[in-house]
Amino acid sequence: MKNTIQQLSVFMENREGRLDEVLSALAEGGINIVALSLADTSEYGMLRMVVSDPQMGKAVLNDAGITAMLTDVVALRVPHATGSLSRAMHHLVAGGVNIEYMYAFANGSDAAAVLKSDEPEKVVELLRGNGFEVYGADEAYKANKWDVSQ
Amino acid sequence: MAGVALENWKEQYRDPAIECMSRDEMSALQSERLVKQVKNVYEHVPFYRKKMDELGVQPGDIKGIEDIGKLPFTTKEDLREQYPFGLLAVPQEKIARVQGTSGTTGKLTLASYTQKDVDVWGECVARGLVMAGLTSADRIHVCYGYGLFTGGMGLDLGAKALGAMAIPMSSGNTKRQLMCMEDFGATAFGCTPSYALYLAEAAQEAGIVDRLQLKASINGAEPWTNEMRKKIESILHINSFDIYGLCEITGPGVAMDCIHHKGLHVYEDYFYPEILNPADQTPCAEGETGELVFTTLAKEGMPLLRYRTKDLTSIRYGVCECGRTLPRIQKFTGRTDDMKVIRGVNVFPTQVETALLSMGGGVAPHYMLVVDRENNLDVLTVMVEVDEKYFSDEIRRLDELKEKVGAVLKQALGISVKVKLVEPKTIQRSEGKAKRVIDNRNL
Repeated sequence: MKNTIQQLSVFMENREGRLDEVLSALAEGGINIVALSLADTSEYGMLRMVVSDPQMGKAVLNDAGITAMLTDVVALRVPHATGSLSRAMHHLVAGGVNIEYMYAFANGSDAAAVLKSDEPEKVVELLRGNGFEVYGADEAYKANKWDVSQ
Repeated sequence: MAGVALENWKEQYRDPAIECMSRDEMSALQSERLVKQVKNVYEHVPFYRKKMDELGVQPGDIKGIEDIGKLPFTTKEDLREQYPFGLLAVPQEKIARVQGTSGTTGKLTLASYTQKDVDVWGECVARGLVMAGLTSADRIHVCYGYGLFTGGMGLDLGAKALGAMAIPMSSGNTKRQLMCMEDFGATAFGCTPSYALYLAEAAQEAGIVDRLQLKASINGAEPWTNEMRKKIESILHINSFDIYGLCEITGPGVAMDCIHHKGLHVYEDYFYPEILNPADQTPCAEGETGELVFTTLAKEGMPLLRYRTKDLTSIRYGVCECGRTLPRIQKFTGRTDDMKVIRGVNVFPTQVETALLSMGGGVAPHYMLVVDRENNLDVLTVMVEVDEKYFSDEIRRLDELKEKVGAVLKQALGISVKVKLVEPKTIQRSEGKAKRVIDNRNL
């Protein structure tokens, strides 16, 4: 099983309604957003998302004339215990990997920290080697998906 | 089908006697035609008689092509003043067709052709089609506009002269263009270079490139770079050629580049080129950049003496690797019209394009220049589309890209430039001529 997951990244010019267009396209395509992070600069925004089906998400956006790309990221399982993220980060620093950016989402009994690094496989190795768990793709894409019938 | 690599190329000539003529023979032919033409316009065009009388030049003073500098100039303004039929050298009933260009002022520039002029036009385009490796067996998809604009009709006449099949699509409706291109098995197409690139990208996106039978494209009517040509060629696996012309002189087919792409061969047996210093209209040395000026040596309907094109280029004589002796004009540095003076520096959109493409595949050749005046200072903003493969999810990388574009442009233009990265496909692709500059200054 692959230990990295695919993030859907979208470059958006700063103009009125652009975010709405992106989100509408995903909604109409039946793509569920598990987690998102929106970084902004003075000129453009960068929307990064974990979604239910990254490939389909990219296709849906491309069809709507929106350019999106897929990036390999690592979703670290962070238990709801004080200091757990700190300990994980400590191991990554000690292992010499650089984290470009990070965002998080809660998932029931625990949480996930989405990490972007130039060396995703090494990140996984360091985390696993130190007793941490990472989300598999299927698990991450389905996170927080509630079955309404229950 | 696919484009042909240079080493496998077999050069063909439609009219080798003319295209590979020695300089002395060509000068003799040009001299003979000029003497006759000057006499003709002096006798039949009051406008030229008056201009020549004012300069104190009589037809007898023109003994050969070396005397061309004695003749008066013709400008676009002259054409507007003589609009529509003031410059005819034949009775109006001899005119077989008119073509024109829309001026920015709203008034057309109109050109009138006798049947012989139309035939010569087709012949010149046909020479270019053969230079592009085409034969009577080819199917030429014309997505230049038909109508007063010379593009569509020019390619059509060329196909007819060659005996090839013309597919008169005219411009617009890209989906339909691609469908017909595939269904009719077009082997070549003609349109503006910006639309050619747009079509190429659309064909690639639709995944139909392998189903097309294209081997060549003939693109002109706006300036483009070798890098843009290579991009079109690599997407469609074809050979692309640059065709030049202007309706005042005939339309496309005044000059075209060969497979060696070392400049555009001018059909100088019909259209005599001069390169003149824009400041004082004295002749430039070979290889020196100046304004391109044409004299139509054999035109009947609306012959022009020393027409100032406002296109800036240089000319090279000497035998080309293709074997032709026809002189080559270089790709245009720009039109005097497109040139923008920004903080005292002359900026041509083509300089920006060349600089962007020199960076390597990262930035798509789609860009737009916006000139503003803020606090009495000119500000040049270049909007650049971020190619899909260069697009990064890391802001740091995008900032690096922006800085790199800024540095390359500053180096090329000599002024600092604001760079704005925009989403791919947001800058409008034109189906006619690409609009590359928006000048918001109220000068």
